[in-house]
Amino acid sequence: MARMLTERRIDWTGIFFAAVLTLVIVFPLIVVGTWAFTNVWRYPSVIPQEFGLKFWNQTLARADVWSSITMSLSLATMVTFLSALICLPAAYAFARLDFPGRNILFFSFLAGHAFPKFGLLVAIAGIFLSLNLIGTFWGVVLIQLVGTLLFMIWIPVAAFQSVDRRMEEAARDVGASPLRVFWSITLPQAGPTIAAAILLSFVGTFYETEGAWLIGAPQIRTLPVLMISFINNQPVIQYGAVLSVLLWIPSFIALLFARRVISSGSFARGFGA
Amino acid sequence: MSVLEIRNVTKSFSTTTAVDSFNLTVGDGELVCLLGPSGSGKSTLLRMIGGFETPTSGLISIDGEDVTRVPPEKRPTGMVFQSHALWTHMNVFKNLAFGLKLRRLPEAEIRRKVEAVLELVGLGGYGHRATNQLSGGQQQRVALARSLVLEPKILLLDEPFASLDQHLRERLREEVRDIQQRLKITTLFVTHGQDEALALADRIVVMRDGRTEQAARPDVVYREPATPFVAGFIGTMNLVEGAVANGTFKHSGFTVPVPAGDGPATLAVRPEALEIASADGAGMARIHRVTDYGTHAIVDIELPDGTRLKSMTGEARDWSHGQPIDLKPRAFAAYRDNAAIHRSN
Repeated sequence: MARMLTERRIDWTGIFFAAVLTLVIVFPLIVVGTWAFTNVWRYPSVIPQEFGLKFWNQTLARADVWSSITMSLSLATMVTFLSALICLPAAYAFARLDFPGRNILFFSFLAGHAFPKFGLLVAIAGIFLSLNLIGTFWGVVLIQLVGTLLFMIWIPVAAFQSVDRRMEEAARDVGASPLRVFWSITLPQAGPTIAAAILLSFVGTFYETEGAWLIGAPQIRTLPVLMISFINNQPVIQYGAVLSVLLWIPSFIALLFARRVISSGSFARGFGA
Repeated sequence: MSVLEIRNVTKSFSTTTAVDSFNLTVGDGELVCLLGPSGSGKSTLLRMIGGFETPTSGLISIDGEDVTRVPPEKRPTGMVFQSHALWTHMNVFKNLAFGLKLRRLPEAEIRRKVEAVLELVGLGGYGHRATNQLSGGQQQRVALARSLVLEPKILLLDEPFASLDQHLRERLREEVRDIQQRLKITTLFVTHGQDEALALADRIVVMRDGRTEQAARPDVVYREPATPFVAGFIGTMNLVEGAVANGTFKHSGFTVPVPAGDGPATLAVRPEALEIASADGAGMARIHRVTDYGTHAIVDIELPDGTRLKSMTGEARDWSHGQPIDLKPRAFAAYRDNAAIHRSN
């Protein structure tokens, strides 16, 4: 009986769903990854006829690829920085202060995601046109900033709300000023979840395409925008595949960073779990 | 010399008054327990003393200095919270050193003070431990040490043992009492546990609806409760509603001599003071149930109208269900209009 109780049951349903998910997520990645390192791959062969770095050399030799990588990194860094600067104090206010219209304002951040995004972008583009922001770095920064507001407000609000107020009171009790309490207690406690929000914001901005294309093109070309033009203009799959693999790099770095500094529950906590 | 004085303090929230015209003076080195049910205002009062709430009116002073509107970080008080409130991103040493660093003490002195206070609470050598590696009792000791290391004039304890099991609670309250007496630190202890209050306090303040019901030594609160509420709240008490007529309290066949004016009254008698004796004939009451606890027995008694009373006796075997008995209270008190009208000890 005791042995029966300690035996672990095999969850076949779980294994099935894990296998399906792996297939859906991993299989396309393998295909794209394989294309990136393929010189020749003709139908009906299941595996490439020739592996190689020919298309890497061709892609990385292009000046527009390097300028778009630099542009994407600059935009993502600037947008994340500005978003943190604006949203974190606002999130703290939403979490800790009670003011008229608080709930309406808080839920208004959902509005940008509640309607078809392209329609919103076109409307904003109309305004930007009159402000001479079309085709400018700061125009793209502003449009991408809008996209980060939801994550950078909602997740940090949950993070600040989950900090035990008694911890903060205990800090004041031993002599810390409100500012010191925020710096030494609140921020370190909410830190991992806020880092998760910043990470999401950076990666989301790096991959953002619609806003960057509508507001920035043709002067501002980010890596995803360049990838689209490659795919549209050149019927060579490898160009798109090489750029896709390049686009994975920030995600991998971000994931490695996340594993080091963010506990596994931070994202979940950010969404109130 | 650290004396805490609370004068006419009232704290109102939007629709409720949590603390109502409260007065209390706590003497130097005294340990006072604020005892009361949930919502009686005891924690709000403690938070006002700690500076976490501002009184709506009234005055709080420490050593004669008005601290009513002084922020918590500038008060000479140290608070220990029910939830420990340890900073989980710091180890034990850093938790204790944080307040000392804010006071810009030299590193060597900080280390000496932290190690000394850890020894005091029985956690010598635990400085490097993460707080989540500690048991509930150890965490509470760290929380106490964090307050003590700053040598506050007034120590405030807000139900510090509420989250601990009974055994640990008893052990820790003895330790707290020992430390408090060794350091002679003026202490205010909030609890809703009467045992805790009776075991720890130099003086108990029983609170109800934000007001003082009784403030006295533990033995006085237990033996001479000032009001029926205190009588019912501290220990187990039989409270019987009835009337006094011609010097006798009566309720459904239960009669007790009470030399007071005629009128309604509440009789309060503790189980250990309610003697029972076998009756010839119907008797005043019948035995409903006998529960044997080994060291003593609790006899549940039923009066003719169904009112239940409890009596503590030494021997369970002498009594049985349905047995007619007479009741003889050895010590009791009678109350009218929320005040004692007669005591018999």
